[in-house]
Amino acid sequence: MKTLIKNGTIINANESKKANILIQDDKIISITTDEPSADIVIDANGKLVMPGLIDIHVHFRDPGFEYKDDIITGSQTAVAGGVTACCPMANTNPVNDNATITRDMIEKAKKRGLIDLMPIGAITKGMKGGGITEMGEMSEAGCVAFSDDGLPVSSSDVMRAALEYSAFHGSFIINHSQDCSLCRNGHMNEGLMSMKLGIKGMPREQEEIMISRDMLLAKLTGGHIHIAHVSSAWSLKLIETAKKEGINITCEVCPHHFTFDESELENYDTNYKMSPPLRTKADVEAMRDGLKNGVIDIICTDHAPHHNDEKQREFDKAPFGILGLQTLIPLTLNLVRDGVISLNKMVELTSLNPAKLLKLNDRGVIAEGYLADITIVDPDFEYLYDEKLNKSKSQNSPLLGKKLKGAAIKTIKSGRLVYDFPNVVA
Amino acid sequence: MAYSKKDLISTKDLTTEDIYQILNLAKDYKNLNLQNEKKSPLLKGVTVVNSFFENSTRTRTSFEIAAKRLSSDAINFTASNSSTNKGETLIDTIKNIESMQTDIFIMRHSSSGAAQFVASRTPSCVINAGDGCNEHPTQALLDLFTIHEKFGSFNNLTVSIIGDIAHSRVARSNIYAMQTLGIKVKLFGPPQMMQYTKVFGCEICKDMDEAVSGSDAIIMLRIQLERSDDETPFPSIREYCRYFGLSKTRMQKAKENVIILHPGPINRGVELNSDVADDPRISTILSQVENGVAVRMAILDIVYKNLKGL
Repeated sequence: MKTLIKNGTIINANESKKANILIQDDKIISITTDEPSADIVIDANGKLVMPGLIDIHVHFRDPGFEYKDDIITGSQTAVAGGVTACCPMANTNPVNDNATITRDMIEKAKKRGLIDLMPIGAITKGMKGGGITEMGEMSEAGCVAFSDDGLPVSSSDVMRAALEYSAFHGSFIINHSQDCSLCRNGHMNEGLMSMKLGIKGMPREQEEIMISRDMLLAKLTGGHIHIAHVSSAWSLKLIETAKKEGINITCEVCPHHFTFDESELENYDTNYKMSPPLRTKADVEAMRDGLKNGVIDIICTDHAPHHNDEKQREFDKAPFGILGLQTLIPLTLNLVRDGVISLNKMVELTSLNPAKLLKLNDRGVIAEGYLADITIVDPDFEYLYDEKLNKSKSQNSPLLGKKLKGAAIKTIKSGRLVYDFPNVVA
Repeated sequence: MAYSKKDLISTKDLTTEDIYQILNLAKDYKNLNLQNEKKSPLLKGVTVVNSFFENSTRTRTSFEIAAKRLSSDAINFTASNSSTNKGETLIDTIKNIESMQTDIFIMRHSSSGAAQFVASRTPSCVINAGDGCNEHPTQALLDLFTIHEKFGSFNNLTVSIIGDIAHSRVARSNIYAMQTLGIKVKLFGPPQMMQYTKVFGCEICKDMDEAVSGSDAIIMLRIQLERSDDETPFPSIREYCRYFGLSKTRMQKAKENVIILHPGPINRGVELNSDVADDPRISTILSQVENGVAVRMAILDIVYKNLKGL
C-alpha cells in the first residue's frame, strides 16, 4: 500500500521545503519533487506537513478513572490534535507501578492502533513516595521514563535513588516540582490575584525550591532529571543555570502556561484551575522567552481530563487540570504568529526534541526511512472548538466553545490515515 | 440609577448611589424595627431560604429576622443537616430547593466564589452572606450604616482595618465599598496575614500606633484560625494580643471621637480587650448587630423588587 502526500510544505526542525512524500506501508520511502503513483493521494496544497507530534505528558485516566477518558478516547483525542505518540502518566488506579500494568496499557492502545502509547511508570510504589519501583522490568515492558506526576517525590533520598537507578537502566526521572510543605492548601498562584479573590495560593517558590533540589541531586548522581510543566520565570533561570553547569536536565512547558495568566481566574472558572497554577503575565512572558532562547526543550500538554460533575463546582473543591491535546496546535501556532518561534522551532519543540528525549530514532523528522507519522496542519483554518470536535469524554477546557485558528486536518500514524478533520478537504 | 441586579454578591458591584440607596432604606427599616409592630408586608408569600453551608449564628439569625419582619416565609438549613453532607453537589442542593418554588437564597459557604457560582446558575435572587475568604457584602454595608450613623457623612473619613486581613471577607467587602465612597482605608495586621494586601491600594501601617492614630473608625478583625489550616500558626495568643490587639492603652493614640467596630464573634483578650469592647462610648459592636437587621431588610427589599421588576 502506497500513499502520496503531494504539494505540501514539509516543515522539519532544520528546513522547510515544498516536496511530495511517498509512503509505503509504515515508512516514508521517498521525498521527491516528482509525482509517483500511489494507492492513496492526499493533496496538501497550501498546508504544512509536519512530523507527527509527540506528547510526553498526558493523563489518559486508564485504568481506574475511565469515566474521564480511557486509552481509546485518549488516543482519539490525541490524533485529533495531530499527536501520534503519547506518554501517559502513572497516576492511574491502580498506579502504573509494575510491568503488568504497563504491558496492559500498551496492548490496549495497540489494539486500536491510533497512536504509540509509551507509558511513564511510577517512581515509587503506589506513588506513595517511599520505595522505588522495579524500573528495570518496567523499562523492558515499555516504560520510557518514571514519574509520580500529580505528586512530587518529597524525600531527597528517594529521589537520589530514583535518579541513580533510572540512569542505570538508561531511563530518566520526571518530577512534579512542588514542595508540599509550602502548598498551604492552595488552589491558584499565590500573589496579588489570590489575595484579591480570597482564594488560597501556592507560591511559585514551591516549584523553584523543588527544581533547585532536583538539579542538585542530578549533579550528585549524574542522573537525568526532566522538569515537568515549568510555570515560573525563576524556574527557568534555575534550569538555565543548571544547563550551563552541565547538569543533565531538560524541561517542558504546557500551552496554557505560555498562553494564559492568573487574571483568567477573575470569575472563578474552574477550567482555569490547574497545577502548577496559571501565574503572572511576567511568567507567561518568561515561558515565551524560554521557548525562544532554547532553555525550554519541549512543549507538552499535561492533558488532564476531568468529568463535568467534578469541575462544575466550587473553585476550591474542583480538581486541578485542563484538556490539552486538541488545543496544542492552535495555541502553539499563536507563538509562531506572534513571532516568538518559527514553524521549524515548533516542530523541534513538539516532535524532534520529544523523540530525542525518548530515544526514538525513527521519528521527529520527515525524511526517507523514517516512520510515516505525519501531521498535516492548516495554520489559517478558523473553526469552533465545540463538543462535536472534542474527542475526550471530558469537557474541561476553557477554550471549548471558542473560535480557534490552526488545526491538524489530517493525522497519519505509521502510514495510515487516523484522523480527518470533519468537512475539511486537504 | 438604583441598584438593578437580582443578586448581591460583591460590594465591587455597588456604586455610591447604590450604597446610599441601601443605607437610606435601611434607615427606614431601622425605624420600623423600633416600633411595637415590627412588620412590613413587602415579602408576603415570598420564600426566603437561609442556606448556610458554613456555621453562623449572628448572620443567619439577622437574615432570618430581617426576612420575617418583611413577612416572608423564611426557612433555614445548615451544612450539618443539608444533603451536601450526603455527597450532593452544591448546585443540586440549590436546584432541589428551588424546585419547591423558593425565591431568594441567602448563602454562606466556605468556598470563595460560591455565591457567584450559584447566582449564575439560578433564576432566584442570591445574597452573599459570606463566601470563604472572599466577601461579606452585607457586613460591610452594616458597618457603613453604623459609621454613617455616627458621623452623618462619609466625607473625609479614615477607617483602619486591623487583624487577619488575608482571610477576612469582611475586610475585602469593606475596602471595596469604602474606596467607592472615597473613604481612606488603612490596613494593619501580622505579616503572614498581610501578604499581597497592597493589591487593595490601601495605606499599609507599620504598627498598631500608626494604625490607630488618625482614624475615625477602627474595624478589628477576628483571627480566622478555621481558614488558616496548613499554615504555620501564629506563635501565641499572648504575642498576638501584645502586637496586634486593641486595648485601652493603645487607644490613647486614637482620635477622641473614634468608634470601634468588630464583625463578631469577638475573641476577648486577643484582638480586642474587654475594656474597649464593652465601653459604650467607643464600641459600636451591638449597634452593628442591630443595624444588621435593618440593612439586610433593605437588601432583601431591593433585590426582590429587582427580581420581580417592581
